Amino acid sequence: MADTAVHTREGAEQAARPSLLNRIFLHNLSGKIAAIPMMATVLIVFIGCTVWTIYFSFTNSRLLPTGKFVGFDQYERLFATSRWNVSVTNLVTYGVFSLVFTLGIGFLLAVLMDQKIRFESAFRTIMLYPFALSFIVTGLVWQWIMNPTLGLQGTMRNLGWESFTFDWIANPRMVLFALLIAGLWQGVGFCMVLMLAGLRGVDEEIWKAARVDGIPTWRTYVSVVLPMMRGVLVTAVVLIGSGIVRLYDLVVALTNGGPGISSEVPAKYVYNYMFGGGNIGQGLAAATMMLVTVLIIMVPWAYLEFGGRGRR
Amino acid sequence: MSQTATMSGSAPTTTPTAGTEPRGPRPKPFFTPKKIMLYATLVFFSLYFLFPLYVMVVTSFKTMPEIRFGNIFALPNQITLDAWFKAWTSACTGLTCEGLSPGFWNSVKITIPSTVVSIFIAAVNGYALVNWRFKGSEIFFSILIFGSFIPYQVFLYPLVMITRELGIFGSLQAVIIVHTIFGMPILTLLFRNYFASLPVELFKAARVDGAGFWRIFFEIMLPMSLPIFVVALILQVTGIWNDFLFGVVFAGTQNLPMTVQLNNIVNSAQGSPEYNVNMAATVLTGLVPLIIYFVSGKLFVRGVAAGAVKG
Repeated sequence: MADTAVHTREGAEQAARPSLLNRIFLHNLSGKIAAIPMMATVLIVFIGCTVWTIYFSFTNSRLLPTGKFVGFDQYERLFATSRWNVSVTNLVTYGVFSLVFTLGIGFLLAVLMDQKIRFESAFRTIMLYPFALSFIVTGLVWQWIMNPTLGLQGTMRNLGWESFTFDWIANPRMVLFALLIAGLWQGVGFCMVLMLAGLRGVDEEIWKAARVDGIPTWRTYVSVVLPMMRGVLVTAVVLIGSGIVRLYDLVVALTNGGPGISSEVPAKYVYNYMFGGGNIGQGLAAATMMLVTVLIIMVPWAYLEFGGRGRR
Repeated sequence: MSQTATMSGSAPTTTPTAGTEPRGPRPKPFFTPKKIMLYATLVFFSLYFLFPLYVMVVTSFKTMPEIRFGNIFALPNQITLDAWFKAWTSACTGLTCEGLSPGFWNSVKITIPSTVVSIFIAAVNGYALVNWRFKGSEIFFSILIFGSFIPYQVFLYPLVMITRELGIFGSLQAVIIVHTIFGMPILTLLFRNYFASLPVELFKAARVDGAGFWRIFFEIMLPMSLPIFVVALILQVTGIWNDFLFGVVFAGTQNLPMTVQLNNIVNSAQGSPEYNVNMAATVLTGLVPLIIYFVSGKLFVRGVAAGAVKG
């Protein structure tokens, strides 16, 4: 009986305020139903899971996320763990080199491709095909090429060049550059395509004006065209940057973190503690630090792109 | 450079004024030092890009004694397909020795439904965001785009918990859901921008004629958006086929995709490594995205560029 009473009262309230209910739920109902997957993804995954991860990174959870609140303990342990510190240093080193070389070579290749060359589409096909391949395939091919005994080094020595050395994959100090070679191989073509689209977007009149003023070609590229490509450059930096933070598959396939821990990266640390080490709190703390890194990259970008002026 | 150009300027239809560049095509000798440098650099980089493909294919056709001889450049003495058969049917992936074929079929089973579901949901999303806006829809969309830059590791454990609660952890459904979730930002962006570029009068006319949400979507929007569907298809099939992390976490041991099994064949093999089998397996795993790449050509470029250009 009480139930029906409640129902009728609710019904009365609904009847009293039809406009509000209508606005929130019924108006454009199909549009809202269609957007349910998106809203669920945003609320449950992108917001909910992030909050969950941050919260439980402050607990001492081990095999199950049930631990009690321990403040910043996990973070103190994280930064006292040499494997984590090596991972972070590796990521920063790899990231700086990868960003500089991807942008540099990508831009150089785009400029070369923009010289009205022959076989342009053949060159583009060759440069972009590694981007279609997975990091696992990339890593395994380069692992074979860099194999010290039977790969490039062994071949060169067998051919008579006895002092030829290319053992980066087994050399703790050079292993990051082995990763870099493979990573660049996979990603440079994509950067080139982006940059080429940017170059083609520059008005032909600009080039004519620069030529009339007698500005050398390289100078026009550096001082006029490059600043005009700001949008493409920012996009490229953000994409390459978020790819770098995620670096995982390539390391697993090429070196698996070795030799020793000399090519470990944060994403691998997170995975190993969550699913291998039975120390969830630690893995979540590391994941939260990855999130913080991305926010440090993303927030200034988002501010520049959307805070300043409403472009596009 | 501009000096030589004025010196050797061709005779264009319009007479050039002194000091400016003549118009029209300029006669170009093909072998200038600049041209040679240009093509030499391009060829050098092309060799860097092609070298691994060459090595991968050549190695897969060799026998192990020939590989131990130690020349990765050399063409195989005699082409043998043994390594390919072994990679496909009997190479060991951890516990079992059934080769890559189960992984291939697992990848097919993961890729097809994931692609269909994620593209359908994203298309409906994009359509709703353009033509059926409601209060807050743009905020949701902004968070969706922003969220796509957050490292997956942040969501990994909570998603494991959620799928475990739903009882689908370690199954195909879990991988499909995860791929749908993480494909949503880019695909929604793609479809939103595409639908926004269609003339709004079409939508309005259909509304006036009494067509509803789904009728307009299926009878007007879908038939007009074939190109963007192809782009989305390329993007998703290659992306999902190449995925490693979600496969290894969510698929469960019965459904491990090809990339995971490939990595197991190469990196957790016992005994002396068989490089020819490894390379044959690697080629096999790369084959599907490579075929898509070479067949789709310009559309692939559009797909990856679309993935990059924000709206």
